[in-house]
Amino acid sequence: MKGWLLHHRQAAGQALRRLTATPVNTLLGALVLGIALALPAGGEMLLANFQRLAQRIAATPQISVFMALDAARKDTAEIESRLRKHAQTREVRFVPREDTLKRLKASEGLGDVIESLPRNPFPDAFVVVPRDEAPEALEAMRAEFAKYPRVEHVQLDSAWVKKLDALLRLTRMAVTFLAAVLGIALIAVTFNTIRLQILTQGAEIEVSRLLGATDAFIRRPFYYFGALQGLAGGLVAWGAVLIATLLLRGPVAELASLYGIEFALHILPLADSALLFGLAALLGWAGAWLSLSRHLQD
Amino acid sequence: MISFEQVGKRYPGGITALADLSLAVESGEMVILSGHSGAGKSTLLRLIPAIERPTQGAVVVNGQNVSALKRAAVPFLRRNLGMIFQDQKLLFDRSAFDNVMLPLAIAGVATRDAGRRVRAALDKVGLLDREKAMPIALSGGEQQRLAIARAVVARPAILIADEPTAHLDDDTARDIAAMFHAFNQVGVTVLVATHHEALFAPFMTRRITLSHGRLGP
Repeated sequence: MKGWLLHHRQAAGQALRRLTATPVNTLLGALVLGIALALPAGGEMLLANFQRLAQRIAATPQISVFMALDAARKDTAEIESRLRKHAQTREVRFVPREDTLKRLKASEGLGDVIESLPRNPFPDAFVVVPRDEAPEALEAMRAEFAKYPRVEHVQLDSAWVKKLDALLRLTRMAVTFLAAVLGIALIAVTFNTIRLQILTQGAEIEVSRLLGATDAFIRRPFYYFGALQGLAGGLVAWGAVLIATLLLRGPVAELASLYGIEFALHILPLADSALLFGLAALLGWAGAWLSLSRHLQD
Repeated sequence: MISFEQVGKRYPGGITALADLSLAVESGEMVILSGHSGAGKSTLLRLIPAIERPTQGAVVVNGQNVSALKRAAVPFLRRNLGMIFQDQKLLFDRSAFDNVMLPLAIAGVATRDAGRRVRAALDKVGLLDREKAMPIALSGGEQQRLAIARAVVARPAILIADEPTAHLDDDTARDIAAMFHAFNQVGVTVLVATHHEALFAPFMTRRITLSHGRLGP
């Protein structure tokens, strides 16, 4: 056990020495790998942020109930009491048509358009938060509310949540695909680096064999080399994504505020960062393994 | 300790390096292997650490038939042998100290212990003050002594040397020969292939002559 640990420490040390012996090559290699990995890592960062945003918006499904434009106050009051008494509603918020008009007049761009309208185009509305969030229950409620007198339209917010969900799933697939393709690129780059390493270390490999080195002893530093180079690439990618996140944070917050959303771009989540480092090291190791089985003569 | 039993070695292309060779080297013996170029001296030595395998017969080292040894077992055989190669095979990208350290690193000797043993080996060949030097900065004789230090640092029971005095001036060659004798005096079995048998004559060692792959006169 002690000897085994010693061998691994020596192999890691040797790999580090080989990496630092050619700093420019090492740096360039890490940059190549880093830039390749930064694409899926950046995609993952954006995706994680989108998911966070989507979750916040769609945390509780809502049902919007719109009255007819010419509904009287008393009709509206009647519907309000029915909604409030309904066993399945947890919260009912009344949005008077005057408020809607005022709110939209205040908003950028729309103000002038609305000002020019001869009369208030908005109906009274209710925002209902249901107790049961199951899609079937929501659908049943929608159908029921639609039959209430003077109710013009009932809208289920889950429809766009579904669309958003589908979009996120598609984006997730794209990011995964990108990660797979660039992961293969990382393996290929490591494969080639290790091939060159084997050529440069030819004398050392030969002498070590003559002095009684096992295959494992000879291969170990190369595995560490590949894994460390991959890890260095992962670090570069992580740094690039971090910088991009910090640079984008201001503009994104500004954009979000235009839509009335308070939103700060988060850096790559801890679990994703760990995954990035782990995968980068693992792929480097795999590239080394492939190269060793191909290029190391027994 | 080492025995060759009707060993034959034929290289592809029909060149016969060794034919029907039988000999035994006892533990603690010092044997000088002589013979003309191409007599099969190097081939004989290369069969002992299983660098090459015989095409016929058996080579037995320490009771182990190395000609039938599994690939995975070969490294452990080599760790018990000290080898000095004709071309020395020093690594020029590291110091004298690190060259001698290599066998101990391979054997997994703990670092602090290993450092002490490396210095002891360098001391034995008179290179202790050159431990930081790179091999390229050493003279031919010093390089040979460094190769010897590397061969003995793991305290092998058997020392094998192929032309250790080639390309050295007479005084240096005599030093090197004396060094092998000194190792033999402390119980190491020594096998040296050389053109310069005369260098070893003062030590009254056993001499084996090879001629065309067979034991000669």
